Amino acid sequence: MQNYSLTDTFIRPFDQGQEIALATSALKVFYDDHEALHGVSLPFERYKITALIGASGSGKSTFLRSLNRMNDTIEGTRVTGSIMYRGVDINSKQVDVYEMRKHIGMVFQRPNPFAKSIYDNITFAPRRFGEHNKEKLDQLVEQSLKDAALWDQVKDDLHQSGLALSGGQQQRLCIARAIAMKPDILLLDEPASALDPISTSTVEDTLLQLKDHYTIIIVTHNMQQAARISDYTAFFYSGTAIEYDETRKIFTRPKIKATEDYVSGHFG
Amino acid sequence: MNAKQKDKLATVVLYLIAGIIVLILASLLGYILVQGLPHVSWHFLTSPARAFAAGGGIGIQLFNSFYLLLLAMLISVPISLGAGIYLAEYAKANRLTDVIRTAIEILSSLPSVVVGLFGFLVFVLQFHFGFSILSGALALTMFNLPLLTRNIEDSLRQVDFAQREAGLALGLSRWETVIHVVIPEALPGIITGMILGAGRVFGEAAALIYTAGQSAPALNFADWNPLNIASPLNVFRPAETLAVHIWKINSEGIQPDAAAVSAGASAVLILAVLLFNVLARFLGRRLYKKMTAE
Repeated sequence: MQNYSLTDTFIRPFDQGQEIALATSALKVFYDDHEALHGVSLPFERYKITALIGASGSGKSTFLRSLNRMNDTIEGTRVTGSIMYRGVDINSKQVDVYEMRKHIGMVFQRPNPFAKSIYDNITFAPRRFGEHNKEKLDQLVEQSLKDAALWDQVKDDLHQSGLALSGGQQQRLCIARAIAMKPDILLLDEPASALDPISTSTVEDTLLQLKDHYTIIIVTHNMQQAARISDYTAFFYSGTAIEYDETRKIFTRPKIKATEDYVSGHFG
Repeated sequence: MNAKQKDKLATVVLYLIAGIIVLILASLLGYILVQGLPHVSWHFLTSPARAFAAGGGIGIQLFNSFYLLLLAMLISVPISLGAGIYLAEYAKANRLTDVIRTAIEILSSLPSVVVGLFGFLVFVLQFHFGFSILSGALALTMFNLPLLTRNIEDSLRQVDFAQREAGLALGLSRWETVIHVVIPEALPGIITGMILGAGRVFGEAAALIYTAGQSAPALNFADWNPLNIASPLNVFRPAETLAVHIWKINSEGIQPDAAAVSAGASAVLILAVLLFNVLARFLGRRLYKKMTAE
């Protein structure tokens, strides 16, 4: 594999009319002394799906996990730069991280439902934040599960354990759990990588449905997936965002050689 | 000898070793139960011991053992929970944590007779608690604390990191995540460890000889005011436990039926400990099933 220049990049400019839900600026991530992300500045448009693609170790997941500060939980990690969300830099020390995460939800690579019933998986966090009205909770469960395309399969046994579901169902439960919090932005870290093709396509359909109400940022190593569901795609290489453009352009007429080689399968 | 034969030989040897372990346990259990069970009766389990005459029971000792166990667990469980949560969830990988961990390790390797003598000096003499249930419970706490802490820390660590991430990603604080996500999932392991610890504490003698004392004054089981000296609940009365009783009868017992009382008491003790172990397995499994797939 040849080495590509990290300075030869193209980041698509956005118009004034396009609403930006979240924008990073010069975001760097350090694991101890190692700089894993070299200053990434990307805006994300509201109510669109943006895919982050790139080979393993390119920094796409690291970048995603910085957006709701999940990297805080890993000892020795330092994140510099800014993440602007509704006029606030959520990467600053003063920000209430826990409050922020209610607005920026996340779904992980491996399905991680709680060892609780399906019903409790979804209502657990809302109840912690003070919603105790049984009717409203019931409604929330139904709506979230419907949005995640899981309702029809589980509506008769909402009180069975979330762990008893299949992998694809578990992942959709995790999506339902995340959207029950009614976040603004949904971050997904390779949500379909542990799933079979049928479950994957169900999850993809779910995401396309959710786009009407959520800004979605998804990391995927599956390029077909990025091409199928996303509006924008950012290509990461060696800790740098090399190219960021409309998905259509990334896959048909990439401007940078590294992107072209990656999407045509020459490395990765 | 080819690989297949070697494998066969290894299998046979391993089976033999496992068999020996089972055999040792079975013969030990069998001997104690066969010797002791004939002496166990309702009278034996409920009547007080006699120092000089035959026909004494182990009623008070049995009660003392359970009461002491209860108190020791009441003190040690909250402390070890706190320590375990700190070590598993909050402690950073630094010098302080290393020191704490080493301290716990050393504490857990202290011989119980040393813990007992330390308890004698500190609780019995220095604090003027005398030979009492309280001194015994505190000594047992010292003996129990490192093991419980280790068990709780291990149980918490076994919970997938992804579970913590799931909680945090929903906007829960770290504390809320620990309390409502991690601990419920670790609960089966924690309960199992606690019951096993209880079994060990129940059978402990050396740590109690110099702290809870070797005498079992008569108790009035109608008096439940913990301030009265004859009340079973009084924590400042000396309290010989079952295990200490067995030790004492065998070292200085002058009852004509000392051998029989000792055998009977041993059978009861070992049955109780066995029961703790079975209960631990049963409850642990039940809880785990309940938590994961109902």
